[in-house]
Amino acid sequence: MSKECVGVIGSGSFGTAVANILSKNSKVLLYARNAETVEKIKSTRISNGQHLHENITVTNSLEEVAQKCNVIFPVVPSSNFREMMRQFAPFLHPYHVLIHGTKGLDLILPHETPTDFKMDRSCIRTMSEVIREESVVVRVGCMAGPNLAKELALGHPAATVIASPFNEVINEGKRLLRSEKFQVYGNQDLKGVELCGVLKNIIAIASGIISGLGFGDNAKGLLISRGLVEMIYLGKALGGEISSFIGLAGIGDLVATASSQTSRNYTIGFKLAQGKSMDEAIAEMEETAEGVNTIKIIKQLADAQGIKPLITDTLYKILYEGMKPQDGLSYLMKYPGNIDIDFL
Amino acid sequence: MKPIGKDYVKKKYDQVVPGGIDEWPVVSLSNNRDAFIKEVTAESIKRIKKLTPKRSSLIEEIETTLFREKLRVKRNPWAVDPPDEADFLQSIKDRLLEISTNDDKEDIDETLEDILSEIIERYASEIAGNFKKSRYRMARSIVTFGFARLLNASRARGFWSIFSTRYSLQDKIHITGEVEELRTLAKKGTIIMVPTHFSNLDSILIGWVISALGLPAFIYGAGLNLFNIKIFAYFMESLGAYKVDRRKKNLLYLETLKSYSSLAIQKGCHSLFFPGGTRSRSGQIEKRLKLGLLSTAIEAQRVNYQKGKRDGLHKIFIVPVTLNYNFVLEAPSLIREYLRLKGQERYYVENDEYSTSYKIFAFLLKFFTKGSDISVSIGRGLDVLGNYVDTDGNSYDKSGRQIDTQEYFTKDGKIISHDQQREDEYTRMLSDRIVEEFHRINKVFASHLVAFVAFEMLQKKFNKLDLYNFLRIPEEDQIIPYEEFKTVFQTVLRRVHEMYNKGEVSVSPYLTGDPDKIIAHGLANVGMYHAKRPLIKNKKGDIYTQDLNLLFYYHNRLVGYNLEKYV
Repeated sequence: MSKECVGVIGSGSFGTAVANILSKNSKVLLYARNAETVEKIKSTRISNGQHLHENITVTNSLEEVAQKCNVIFPVVPSSNFREMMRQFAPFLHPYHVLIHGTKGLDLILPHETPTDFKMDRSCIRTMSEVIREESVVVRVGCMAGPNLAKELALGHPAATVIASPFNEVINEGKRLLRSEKFQVYGNQDLKGVELCGVLKNIIAIASGIISGLGFGDNAKGLLISRGLVEMIYLGKALGGEISSFIGLAGIGDLVATASSQTSRNYTIGFKLAQGKSMDEAIAEMEETAEGVNTIKIIKQLADAQGIKPLITDTLYKILYEGMKPQDGLSYLMKYPGNIDIDFL
Repeated sequence: MKPIGKDYVKKKYDQVVPGGIDEWPVVSLSNNRDAFIKEVTAESIKRIKKLTPKRSSLIEEIETTLFREKLRVKRNPWAVDPPDEADFLQSIKDRLLEISTNDDKEDIDETLEDILSEIIERYASEIAGNFKKSRYRMARSIVTFGFARLLNASRARGFWSIFSTRYSLQDKIHITGEVEELRTLAKKGTIIMVPTHFSNLDSILIGWVISALGLPAFIYGAGLNLFNIKIFAYFMESLGAYKVDRRKKNLLYLETLKSYSSLAIQKGCHSLFFPGGTRSRSGQIEKRLKLGLLSTAIEAQRVNYQKGKRDGLHKIFIVPVTLNYNFVLEAPSLIREYLRLKGQERYYVENDEYSTSYKIFAFLLKFFTKGSDISVSIGRGLDVLGNYVDTDGNSYDKSGRQIDTQEYFTKDGKIISHDQQREDEYTRMLSDRIVEEFHRINKVFASHLVAFVAFEMLQKKFNKLDLYNFLRIPEEDQIIPYEEFKTVFQTVLRRVHEMYNKGEVSVSPYLTGDPDKIIAHGLANVGMYHAKRPLIKNKKGDIYTQDLNLLFYYHNRLVGYNLEKYV
C-alpha cells in the first residue's frame, strides 16, 4: 500500500465502485457534491448502496482533492461535467492527471443561433475535451469498458480500458486500478474509446426495448451486430479509430450493457417497451441514463450533416416523438438489408 | 467601421542586448565552434545509443545510413557536397565488413564507436553555422542600404531620388503586432520564432526584421540546397544559418540535427524554425507542422529545468509570425507542384527556380522596385506548451491564472522527469497551438479576399466537378458579373470583420471603407506581377481570371476560416 492518495469525483454508483477498486492499492479521497450526502456517507460508510473500503475518505472540498491527489478520476454525469470542471479548475495544476469515467457528450451551441446554423462536430465535446477546455490539465485519459457498477461492487472479475495519448497516463491508470479481480488494458485512441462508451448507450436502450417486447437472443444478436456497425460509422465520423470499437471498450462494453438488466440505459428501454412514457421511465430511475441525451445530440448532428443512422433515428422517434416501440421495431425490420460489413 | 489608417509603426529600435554584438550567444557559439561540434557529437552519440540499445540494432542503423548515403551520392549529388564523400563512405563500408568477420566483442564495439563518431562529427561540422560578426554587419548594411536605395529610386521620381532617405525598408515591410513584447522577452529568455513559409525570400526578410527590431541574430536551419549558390551561402551564413540537408533522412543525421538545435537553444541562442518545413505549396497557411525541430524546443526547456535553471533567463518562448504577401513570385511553380503531387503523379522532380545568382538578383530587383508592400505580423509569446506569457515571461491559463510551466514536466509538481513519449505528445499539442495562432494573427489582405471570393463563387457554380476538372473549365465560364461578385464579397467581408472583432483573424487597413474601393485595391494587388493575372476586370467591368491555378493559390490563403459557408 502506497502512501499516495488518489481522488474520485462523484459518489454515484460508478464513482463509488471505482473508489472501492482504487482503495485496494492506495488511499482514496472521494468527493460528493452535496454536503448532506457527505455526512451521511461518513456516518454509514455506505455510498449508493455500496460499502466503502476503509482506505476511502469522503470530502466535500474540491480544493482538498486537488491538493492531496495527483491522479484524479472524475465520474459525474455529462450534464454536470462542465460545471464541475469549472469549479475544479482553479485548484488544478499542470502536473495533475485526470482519468474520467463519464460516458456522455457535451453540447455547445452558439448564444445566438444564426438562421443558417448547421450543427457540426465542432459543437460536440467529449469529456476529455471538456477537461482540456476548462483546465490546465493536459495529461487526460478515460476509463471505459464493460464495468457495470453493480457487478464491480460485488467484486466479480472484470476489465477496463484506460485510453490516453500519454503512455504515462495509461501506466498510472494500470498501476492504480489493477488487482487480481480487475484487469486493465491500454489504448492510445482517447477519442475512439470515449466514443465507444458514449455510443454504446444508444444500442443499450434499443436492447432494453427488444427484451421488454419479449424477444429473444436472435433479435439481440441482430441488434448488437448492426448496432456495432452503426457505432463504428458514427464513431469514425466523430474522430475515433475503427480498431477501438472492436476492443474491450467497444464490443466488450456493448455486449455487457446490451444484455444486462443492471444497466441504466437498458432499463430505460425495457420500461419504454412495457408501455411507460419517457417521463415516467426517467422518473423511476435513480441515476442518469446517458443514452437518452446522447440520442438527442447524435440525432441533431446527423440531421444537420444529412446522414441517417437507422437505429439512432428510430430510437429518437420512440423517445421524443411518441412512436410505439413495436412500430419502431417493425420499421427497422422492413428496412432493406444492406451489405453486412463494409468498413474493414 | 472607419478606416484604420496605417497599422504599423516606423521607428528605429535600440539594440536589445546593450553590450553589443560580442555579447550575443550566437557569437560565442561560433567562437567556440570546434568545442560546440564536439559537444553536439557527444550528445548525438548518446541519443543514438539510447535508440539502438543492442549492438545488432546499431549495426543495422549504420548499415542503413551507409546504404542511403551511397544512393544519394550516386543519384542526387550537389555542388555543395564535399568531394571526398565517396571515399569516406567506402572506408565505413570496409570497416563494417571487417566487423562481420570479427568475433571479438570488445573489438567490434570499439570499431563501432569509431565509425559512429566519425560519421556524426562529419554531419555536425556540416550542419554547424559559421557566424561572423564582420560579415553579419556587412550583410546587414547591404540589405538595408541597398534595398532602401532601390526603394527610394522606385517610389519617388528622378534619378537623384536614389539618395533620398524618405522611404526606408520599414515602409516596404510593415512590422505589426507584438513587437515590444518580443523585444522584452528576448531579454528575459530564449526566443524560438516560428514563421509561416511561402517564399524563398522569407529567410532574408525575417533576417532583416530581426535586425531591424534590434534583436541579436537568430540561428536558423536553411536548406543545404540554398548553399549551392555562392551569394546565397554568403548571406545565409552571415545571418546565422546552419545547414539542413533534406536529402539525408537517416536516423544518425536527424539525431545530430536535433542535438545541434537543442544544445544551441540551451545555450540561449534565439532560433528560427520554419515549422512547415518547406514553402507552402498550396498557398494555404500550414496545417501540419514538422515536429522534429519543434521537439527540440520542448526538450531544451525540460533540460533547462532539470539543470535547475528556473524561469528568468532560461525560459523558452515560442513566437509565431505570419508573413503576408500580395504577390509570391514562385506561386505559379508552387501551385503546379502542389496539383501534381495531389493528383498523384508518380514522378516529380523538385525544380529550383533560384538556380543562378542572376535569377535571384532579377527577382530581388523586381521585388523591391515593383512588388507591393509586405506585412509581417508578430504574434504573442507562448511557453512551450502553448500558453500565453506576459512581458515578464510568466505563463497564464485561459482564465488568466498564473501557471508554472515546469509543472508540465513533473508528476507531482516537484520532480522533473524525462519521458520521451510525453514530450512527443507535447510537441504535437504545441504544433496545434502554433497553427491556431497563425490563423489568428494572419492578416487578411484585400487581394486574398477577392481571390477567395472569386474562386469559391466559380467553384460553387461548377460544384459537380472535382478540383482537377474544375481547373480546366473553358475561359468563357470563368467570368463573374461585377454586381454579383460585389454582393458576395460584402457578405464575406462582413464575416471577416466579425472574426476580426472577436480576435480570430487580423485585417489589413485597406479592408475598410467603400467596398468598391476595397475590391479595386484587391484586384490591383493580387498576384500583380505574374504574366497571367489571377484576377482582373474585363472591358465590361466584370471579373475574370487569366490563370485559374493561380487564383486557386491566392484563394488558399483564406482556407481554414470556414468562410466558404458565406459564399
